[in-house]
Amino acid sequence: MNAIDVRAIVKKFGDFTAVKGVSFTVDDGEIFGLLGPNGAGKSTLIRMLTTLLPPTAGTALVNGFDIVRQADGVRRSIGVIPQAMTSDLELSVEENLIIFSKLYGVPRVKRERLITELLAAVELTQWRTAQVKNLSGGMRRRVEIARGLVHEPRVFFLDEPTTGLDPVSRVAVWEMLRQLKRERDLTILLTTHYMDEADKLCDRIAIVDHGELKALDTPTRLKASIPGLNSLEMTFLSPPEGWAQTLEALPSVEGVTNQDGVFRIATYNGPATTSAILETAAYAGVPVLSLSVQSTTLDDVFVHYTGRALRDELQEASAQDSPFMLRR
Amino acid sequence: MQRAWAIIERELRRFRRSPVLIAMAMIMPIIQLVVLGYAFGGNVKHLKVAIVDQDHGVPAVKVRELASAMASGAGTIDTVDYADPGQALDDLRNGRVNGVLTIPPEFSRRVLEKNQPRVALVADNTDTFVSNALAGVLSGMMAAYGQPAHAPRVPGEATLDVVEVYPYVPYVQYLLPGSVVMSVFVMVMIGGGIIFIDDKARGLHEGYLVTPITKFELIAGFNVSGTIKAVLAGVVLMIVGSLIAGIPSPFDPLRLLRLFVVIVITAFALISLMFLLMVRVSDPLLPRATFGVLNTLLYFPSGAVYPQQGFPGWMQVIAVVDPFTYAVHALKCLLLKNTGFAAISYDLMFLSLFAVVAMTAATLLFKRTL
Repeated sequence: MNAIDVRAIVKKFGDFTAVKGVSFTVDDGEIFGLLGPNGAGKSTLIRMLTTLLPPTAGTALVNGFDIVRQADGVRRSIGVIPQAMTSDLELSVEENLIIFSKLYGVPRVKRERLITELLAAVELTQWRTAQVKNLSGGMRRRVEIARGLVHEPRVFFLDEPTTGLDPVSRVAVWEMLRQLKRERDLTILLTTHYMDEADKLCDRIAIVDHGELKALDTPTRLKASIPGLNSLEMTFLSPPEGWAQTLEALPSVEGVTNQDGVFRIATYNGPATTSAILETAAYAGVPVLSLSVQSTTLDDVFVHYTGRALRDELQEASAQDSPFMLRR
Repeated sequence: MQRAWAIIERELRRFRRSPVLIAMAMIMPIIQLVVLGYAFGGNVKHLKVAIVDQDHGVPAVKVRELASAMASGAGTIDTVDYADPGQALDDLRNGRVNGVLTIPPEFSRRVLEKNQPRVALVADNTDTFVSNALAGVLSGMMAAYGQPAHAPRVPGEATLDVVEVYPYVPYVQYLLPGSVVMSVFVMVMIGGGIIFIDDKARGLHEGYLVTPITKFELIAGFNVSGTIKAVLAGVVLMIVGSLIAGIPSPFDPLRLLRLFVVIVITAFALISLMFLLMVRVSDPLLPRATFGVLNTLLYFPSGAVYPQQGFPGWMQVIAVVDPFTYAVHALKCLLLKNTGFAAISYDLMFLSLFAVVAMTAATLLFKRTL
């Protein structure tokens, strides 16, 4: 059975269509990433899957429950970490977990055992009685991860779990999520706009832009799917007229651009193209000033499928962001 | 209902750790009680009266003696003698004196002829309260002047005898019921309005909405916790305020029980009103912006500071639907007159009905999704 089965789901806000008929499935035990800039529809999608927003059309099954007709079954099956910081700052780590445990109706005996286990899993045992307001951003995020798991959900939704965290805390969160997934037989769906996060953490990635699914596969296969497996960046001392055309004619070369003397060469075969260019340059008497070879990154994949770079969009505020929303 | 209790537990734990919030909800009504109570309640004293005697006869001297006797006795007025009537009027205009009592030249002659003797009071009526007080004091004085030294055994004129049923009620006690209702309202406004919307805006409610909690459990959790906080505020203010204002026998257990019932019903009525107003609001600035307006609109027409009989018609309409009116009336009965439930049953009925209607409407408007 698929943990999540999304079927042609649509969400409109007035005239604006935030999600335009998206379909995909997430296998049991997968870490599935929704990658896209702010405003791409990731949060809307996750809010529909977690029963916070009713879809305008289409539906989805989460752990076999229909998100519209069996919302309560969905809610019992899922743990959710929203984008905003939603722990109670005045309460202690343990109190935050206890309250949510009660909200999910976890029996008392089980509650104590689970909370102890979870605090150990997110390495907060020694902070059990500390007020959340005294914890760092990374620790607060770990409190929320533990909070989302107090009722042993089958599917775990995380909306931008590492936004605002420093690099060390981010890696710690990734490690924790991998371990939790292994130990608790979880399926994890997360949204992110970090390429490295999607690349290193996720088993499969869906690229979302303007409310549409642009591509879906494993990170490796996504990178292999686009032309120009490598890209070369070279500069030459006084390249002659038509030099770009000369380079473009070489075998395996997909395309050449020249920007202020920096030639970017996309190629299917990096090593062969490199030696071919060096030979051509030596023959033509054009000295090479610099040469660098880059493998395809998810950035290239993203640009290929959406036609724009992700980092340009990072500073754009999401429409749902409230001025009072606490970010980590 | 276990889930509703989880919300109540969370709210009360947060409340206990926010001493500033508790203090703010108490301080405003207490300051208002003390400042308004003593600013408005007192009798005016030491009003300066210029006395211009243009007569100098024996009857005129008697008027001046009466006036100085009042000045040294009750102290309501202080007298200053002026020779020049023009100077006295100038000083009245400049605010150095509050009134000018003129004894005209033919006063003694008219007294002796029994031909309508008069003295004149020129008062600064920009402050009606002061000029009315002066007129009252001085007409009393002139009435005493007119009395014969030996009153006839059976007076011929009809008089009014006033019997006061209750001991003297200082203004600060008169204000106390309104302050108790205000403290309940401030807590409802902060706890049920501002914090509720802030939590919503911060996304805290999203945390509730993804759990299997039902709509009814959510509403019950929010409103019961809000009511508990508001009742705490009301009870503390009722006790502290009674001590400040000097309410007789403030710890009479039966009365405390009745007061508690009124405060609980009032808190529930006001939290229902607040929930109805805020159920579809998501902008955190809105409850802050409406705080002052709501406070003024509910508090002043309620009869807490001035009798409702003095209101213009449109304000009496507000007063009729204002839940404060009934809460203030019930608390006045209990605090000032120590009545039983019979005197306030209508108030309790109105407040309960108000709560049920507002809560039903709010529940219908409440959305289980974002």
